[in-house]
Amino acid sequence: MSERSELSVQDLTMRFGGLTAVRDFSLELAKGELVGLIGPNGAGKTTVFNVITGVYRPTSGKVLLDGVDITGWRPDRVCKQGIARTFQNIRLMRSLSVLDNVIVGHRLRLKSSLGSAILRTPGYVREERELIQTSLELLDSLGLVHYKDVPAGGLPYGEQRRVEIARALATRPRVLLLDEPAAGMNPQESMDLCEFIQKVRRDFNLTVLLIEHDMSVVMGICERIAVLDHGETIASGVPAEIQANQRVIEAYLGVGYKNVAAN
Amino acid sequence: MQIQHDPRRARLKLILTLLSLALSALAIWWANNNLSSYYLRILNLAGINAILAVSMNLIFGFTGLFSLGHAGFMAVGAYTCALLTLPMRSKQTIFLLAPLAWPFNAVTLPPFPAVLLAGLAAAVMAYLIGLPVLRLRGDYLGIATLGFAEIIRVVANNIPTITNGALGLKGIPSFANNLWWTWGWAAATVWVTSRLVNSVYGRSLLAVKEDEVAAEIMGVNLTYHKILSYVIGSAFAGVGGALMGSLVTAINPKTFGFMLTFNILIIVVAGGLGSITGSVITSVIYTVLLEALRPIESGWSIGPLHVPEIPGLRMVVFALVLLVIILFYQRGLFGGREFTWDGVLDWIDRKRNRKQEVAG
Ligand SMILES: Nc1ncnc2c1ncn2[C@@H]1O[C@H](COP(=O)(O)OP(=O)(O)OP(=O)(O)O)[C@@H](O)[C@H]1O
Ligand SMILES: [Mg+2]
Repeated sequence: MSERSELSVQDLTMRFGGLTAVRDFSLELAKGELVGLIGPNGAGKTTVFNVITGVYRPTSGKVLLDGVDITGWRPDRVCKQGIARTFQNIRLMRSLSVLDNVIVGHRLRLKSSLGSAILRTPGYVREERELIQTSLELLDSLGLVHYKDVPAGGLPYGEQRRVEIARALATRPRVLLLDEPAAGMNPQESMDLCEFIQKVRRDFNLTVLLIEHDMSVVMGICERIAVLDHGETIASGVPAEIQANQRVIEAYLGVGYKNVAAN
Repeated sequence: MQIQHDPRRARLKLILTLLSLALSALAIWWANNNLSSYYLRILNLAGINAILAVSMNLIFGFTGLFSLGHAGFMAVGAYTCALLTLPMRSKQTIFLLAPLAWPFNAVTLPPFPAVLLAGLAAAVMAYLIGLPVLRLRGDYLGIATLGFAEIIRVVANNIPTITNGALGLKGIPSFANNLWWTWGWAAATVWVTSRLVNSVYGRSLLAVKEDEVAAEIMGVNLTYHKILSYVIGSAFAGVGGALMGSLVTAINPKTFGFMLTFNILIIVVAGGLGSITGSVITSVIYTVLLEALRPIESGWSIGPLHVPEIPGLRMVVFALVLLVIILFYQRGLFGGREFTWDGVLDWIDRKRNRKQEVAG
């Protein structure tokens, strides 16, 4: 058998009543890979994320993280096992400060008991201090530390996206799922975000699965791409193959895409 | 949760805390010895309301669990404590129809362990009810918990060998007619709650309140944290119920109707969801006002205008006051803010700096 995939999705099918949102979807991510997941609106991309992270239990199929079958696990257990994500519509704790958002991401490694937290035993105080320190360092390394006391909901849109990624990183994931991180960004912000994602992947030694509509982002940073349409996988391969694929052009990129991309 | 370490300020804060504790103790001692029993009763009630409001705030304000079951847990606490503290002789005279069941027919405890056990009993009940019910959200949770509170009342009505049925319990030792008891427990409630919500655990509770889905994806175990908040909050509701039973010395299932929960909800919302300070201060204001407004119910006249006796008019006034508060301070009087020494010291620093600027 070849080397074990970091994340392996096998024959995933997700039905909502009569609607099949995803059908027989399979994807293997090797450790350290950055793979794109694209497709028109309603293709089932977010549903794939929701199944991987345990929000939905799949109708059939399996999800394996480094060989461990995590299908149908509760989201918080999936997170502990090493998968973190961001949301298409940013879901920060809006009234909590940026620092507190990140601290929540560190929560799952807290060892002190509830009792010691209430009594503020020296052990708890030490752990809390370390946890805050680590959170600040994380924010610092991502250039966000000056926002630490700002309520997350008060930040500009683009910065909220970064904070959401920071919060996901606080859980120390092996695999990071990004759901349309460039949505609503202007070209300059998108380019910055690309760099940000690349840097994060390197620094944190991550495997990344990325949903994105912005083709400059997808084609720019993804090593491989899978294309969904109406829940079916219509293509997968390296960016050049996808750009040349007739079905993909018809279903998603549009006939004029090549010209646009050439500009 | 602070990261800055300023040893001078830390020492100053410690001194201020000790000083205000000493002052409070002095005030309690003075009031206990000098105030009339009427005023003492109001202040004791205010302390009990503070316990109830802060504990409901933990559940609703900090964790976002819209639970309307507080009166149920108060009932559990009140009955437990009353049955444990009633002297044997009173028990024999109260339980005429049906004999009192074991273990209550065999033990009489001093007040302190009885109150602790009352809290424990309410906590156990909260755990049992919470496990199935806390899966629900929003209004559904409110309705389900309200239902459970009513069930507790109906059960209390129908197990005469423990509760003496609809007749209830009388002659409960009135140890809680004492500011040390009521405000001591209020202080304990505030202490535990503020320590909890300011810890990493508390951050997770707030996260659950803000966005369950996101919190769970971030590794926060929803069931654990909801139960945690619910059990601790309900334990203090049980303590509050125990003290209230002791303060009024007679309880029956009717004592613990929905109005009780509703009153506390008013205090919590008016004081500000997520503000312990707001809950405590509003408890005092509410209790005092409720007493002060008593005369308006007994009929009065201004010149030609004559208002007849209308029982319950006070609650109408309070509903209006709540309406006004919600209209003008959407997030309650304290809007999630807290009193802290850091806040006070920062404020003084700012004042001083401004003076210096003006002077310089
Ligand atoms: N909880 C749900 N219940 C019923 N239908 C759902 C549910 N979640 C998703 N769907 C449906 O599944 C299909 C796929 O939705 P999904 O959100 O995965 O699409 P997407 O590829 O992420 O689209 P977009 O690019 O617009 O984000 C849609 O038709 C959607 O309406
Ligand atoms: Mg989507």
